[in-house]
Amino acid sequence: MKTNNVGPRATVYKVISVIILVILAFLFVFPLYWIVTGAFKPGADIYATKPVWWPSEWVMTNFDELLAKRSAPLWELHVPFSQWFTEKHEPLVFSAGPVVPAAFRWLINAVFMAAAAMGLTCITAAMAGYALAKKRFRGRAILFGLIICAMALPKQVILIPLLKEMNFLKFTDTLWAVIFPTVGWPFGVFLMKQFSESIPGEILEAARVDGSSEVRTFGTIVLPMVKPGIGALAIFTFINCWNDYFMQLIMLTSGANYTMPLGVATLQAETSINMGLLMAGAALAALPIIIVFLIFQKYFTQGITMGAVKG
Amino acid sequence: MKTIRKVLALVLALCMVLALAACSSGTPDPTKAPDPTKEPATTQTDAPDPGTDMADAITLWTYPIGNWGQEAEVKKMTDAFTEATGIKVTVEYLAYADGDDKVNSALSGGGAPDLIMEGPERLVANWGDNGHMVDLSDLFDANDKAEINAVSEGVMNACTHTSGAIYEYPLVMTAHCMAINKTAFEEAGALEYVDLEKHTWTTENFIKAVEALYAKYGETVGAVYCAGQGGDQGTRALVNNLYGGTFTNAEHTAYTWDDPLNVKALEQLRDMDGIAFDASLAGGDEIAKFYQGVLKMAFCWNIAQQLNPNGANTGAEKTVTGDDIEFMAFPSEDGTAKLQGGIWGFGIFDSKDAGRIAAAKEFIKFMCDSEHTVDAVKTANYFAVRTKAGEGTDLSNIWADNEIMAEYNVLMPMLGDYYQVTTNWAQARTSWWTMLQKVGEGADVAEVVAQYAKEAIGG
Amino acid sequence: MAKNKQTMSRALQRREDIAGYLFMLPSLIFFLGFVVIPMFICIGYSLTDATMHQQAATQFVGFTNFVKLFQDKVFLEALRNTFVIVIVSVPTVCAFSLWVSSVIYKLSGPVLSAFRCIFYLPVVTGSVAVTVVWKWMFDNYTGIINTALKGAGLIEKNINFLGDSKWALWCIILILFTTSVGQPIVLYVSALGNVDQGLVEAAKVDGATDLQVFWKIKWAQMMPTTLYILVITTINSFQCFALIQLLTQGGSGTQTVMYYIYYTAFKLTQQAGHFGYANAMGVVLAIFIGILSALQFRLAKEK
Repeated sequence: MKTNNVGPRATVYKVISVIILVILAFLFVFPLYWIVTGAFKPGADIYATKPVWWPSEWVMTNFDELLAKRSAPLWELHVPFSQWFTEKHEPLVFSAGPVVPAAFRWLINAVFMAAAAMGLTCITAAMAGYALAKKRFRGRAILFGLIICAMALPKQVILIPLLKEMNFLKFTDTLWAVIFPTVGWPFGVFLMKQFSESIPGEILEAARVDGSSEVRTFGTIVLPMVKPGIGALAIFTFINCWNDYFMQLIMLTSGANYTMPLGVATLQAETSINMGLLMAGAALAALPIIIVFLIFQKYFTQGITMGAVKG
Repeated sequence: MKTIRKVLALVLALCMVLALAACSSGTPDPTKAPDPTKEPATTQTDAPDPGTDMADAITLWTYPIGNWGQEAEVKKMTDAFTEATGIKVTVEYLAYADGDDKVNSALSGGGAPDLIMEGPERLVANWGDNGHMVDLSDLFDANDKAEINAVSEGVMNACTHTSGAIYEYPLVMTAHCMAINKTAFEEAGALEYVDLEKHTWTTENFIKAVEALYAKYGETVGAVYCAGQGGDQGTRALVNNLYGGTFTNAEHTAYTWDDPLNVKALEQLRDMDGIAFDASLAGGDEIAKFYQGVLKMAFCWNIAQQLNPNGANTGAEKTVTGDDIEFMAFPSEDGTAKLQGGIWGFGIFDSKDAGRIAAAKEFIKFMCDSEHTVDAVKTANYFAVRTKAGEGTDLSNIWADNEIMAEYNVLMPMLGDYYQVTTNWAQARTSWWTMLQKVGEGADVAEVVAQYAKEAIGG
Repeated sequence: MAKNKQTMSRALQRREDIAGYLFMLPSLIFFLGFVVIPMFICIGYSLTDATMHQQAATQFVGFTNFVKLFQDKVFLEALRNTFVIVIVSVPTVCAFSLWVSSVIYKLSGPVLSAFRCIFYLPVVTGSVAVTVVWKWMFDNYTGIINTALKGAGLIEKNINFLGDSKWALWCIILILFTTSVGQPIVLYVSALGNVDQGLVEAAKVDGATDLQVFWKIKWAQMMPTTLYILVITTINSFQCFALIQLLTQGGSGTQTVMYYIYYTAFKLTQQAGHFGYANAMGVVLAIFIGILSALQFRLAKEK
């Protein structure tokens, strides 16, 4: 890197800054460090009143206990809206797999929930973002204004109506009750609109002149251009849905339908002292999301770059 | 643009209509089974009422009442029930920290369980009072009531709503007490202040003991926890017993905790060096700290804790550091405390589905009034509320082989009034712990007590 | 000719309308169905005395709930706390992440990556898990923060971080902060890396100081990024529900409107299930947030 006239003061500032950053870094790494080591600590280390920084012995007992605590069928799928097509007006539920420790089921639930929300959000938001950015349809300004206003709205605001609505649609205690409101949250549309703004109008015009259909234009021209944006949105949605403890807490009532974060929170409420059990759960809960982060990391930084320049 | 506005207005109007429609459909939908494993209903033949088909699957939500909070133990019970009746039971386990919220949100969202296991202050004074529960009067014959009254007259009273409806079928009961870390008391030379024979002590000795402990350890030795309502029976009993104050009047029509005796007790506790008002702990956290050996006494204790401290399966009557735990009555001026009772049993949420209600009643009879009651009571780690169950199953000495249970019996005669069913109970609880927080923050005791007692009465 | 052109553009406009709404449709279904309609139901509820209990008929009560709200001390405190959280955490997160990014973006690849990942860790660890660890760190009796402060001789008696109204809200803001700065740092690092170097060089030739270069050129070019960051941090700040539920349950002066809505609706208190009242809070909060978002957007856009 070329640096011109770096004075001693600038160097001192830089060195001090980095030192401060390193100290701060510990604060950020500590929770994960504590979770991972805590998951493998034997009881004596966990119950000790003085913190034990490194497990005196690495054991799996916490995981064993976590897995033995609850059990649930491996997989159940509730088909949305199926109650209107079945004879008894009850929703169709497919159940498969043997009874397994509930922690596995919670993992599957959480991954399914976050992935479904991610997929649906990306598709719908990419389409809507493109329309808002490039289609001069009437009512666009009003819609966009509504989206801006609703973007930061916490879900607690519509907590009760949502519960009633989920009851009406028979989504209570299914993952769909968490997924659909997440997809409806308009931040994704806003983000994709910002990305779609950067698509040059001439290319779209050229495609139109060539006789390309709207759908084709979207699929072959728009999507590839906003792909980095979709990557960014994907990771954002996945993480947000995963961490949306509130929606999971109010919508999911039966243990088999819990997600990993909710399961960990429930364990915390039950046995506030058994940190080992809790840490084992937390470690399992962190694993998938770290994997997702590592996979999408490239998209993530790339995607933002583009949006930031053109805005 | 104008037409667009019109279209938009139309859409919005449509939303409104839909909204109203959704609003009016807000009552819990009886056809919604929260149990996703439900199979197509098959007709049960052994229904008690020939008019109703019993449902083949029901749900039970239980609070951690002894081992009723542990899947491995509960599964044995429900499996036995399923084997006997063919009715499948799906159990969910609630925690005190957020269990109420879950039940309430399920009640609003139409996913309420069929059965719930807890005490009268929730089942009768709250959900029952608000019309969510099924009247269980038809489950009691004169014989049942006599068997329950033979143990304690207060139990049936507590389970009965002012309207006469019975919203809880009681299973077990206990007296809530406190516990001390005997080893720590010994080290601090404070054992002379407690009567380990009778498990009682006087207020004066309590104060001396705390002083001795504080002198030895230099830290908080007992916490008046007030993060929330969890375990608040302990703080109430502590404050009331110290100088003989009361919480409600004998008729359960009014709150009396602005009693000067309670003010005196609160001031005393606040001024003690070893005692802290701690708004970061709820009852469960306090037990955890006690169990860890940090606190030397716990105010949120009972026999289930004594048998299995903190539900951690690491040995009865021991902290995790291996110290001995002794249960104690709350200190009072003359050494005889009035203990808070705990009563636990089952209630049925009104699903408006006769089949499911019938199945739930079958479950209650199976657990509370049959030969299986022995196991149900033992799972709870508490005392049975009745002497006999079902066809002459004797419950009076099911704990005969258990020394700790036998010893704990010395506290049972101190069982005081079960006032948790007083009107506005939910408000009173909230006001109580909020008040404790304010006292801990250093507010004038007499003032905040008056203020919050008024709030409790006013609802 | 002119008339012909007009009909042409009208046909074109219709085509745009149809295409636009068709592309919007999937998203609109979810947005209307699970955000807008519930919002209208919420408004409807807020004007009634609806409860979760069935025996009483719901009645229209006009603005009674709103009047009551602004006399409710707890609500006013919650409103204040909510604003404290947003007003403190949004600027601090933005400023801090900008500072961190400006320090690390020129570092060599692996070091930069390492720092970026480290600050992102609390986000991916999951808010529930992180909160559980922080709860233990803040513990009044055995927490390491108290142990450390005592060891360093800074305090004599343990501080009851989560049980003392002087501290609890700030502890929550701190935890929220650690789970919020990850994304902004990643965003700012790439934005800084993409600043037009030509402009920077030109300014330097003209004798601009580093500070001037930073504010006049880099900051201006990063405006779109800052807008994103403002938006996501605001969203994040309103997501502090998990922290409050798991740490204080609204006690010790940490009540927020988001939590109070839940509390009123579902906690077993006397007003439990008072949906009309809870929804009135929701409406008030929604109005404030709508205004806040619109303002933020307008400001960022104008710049």
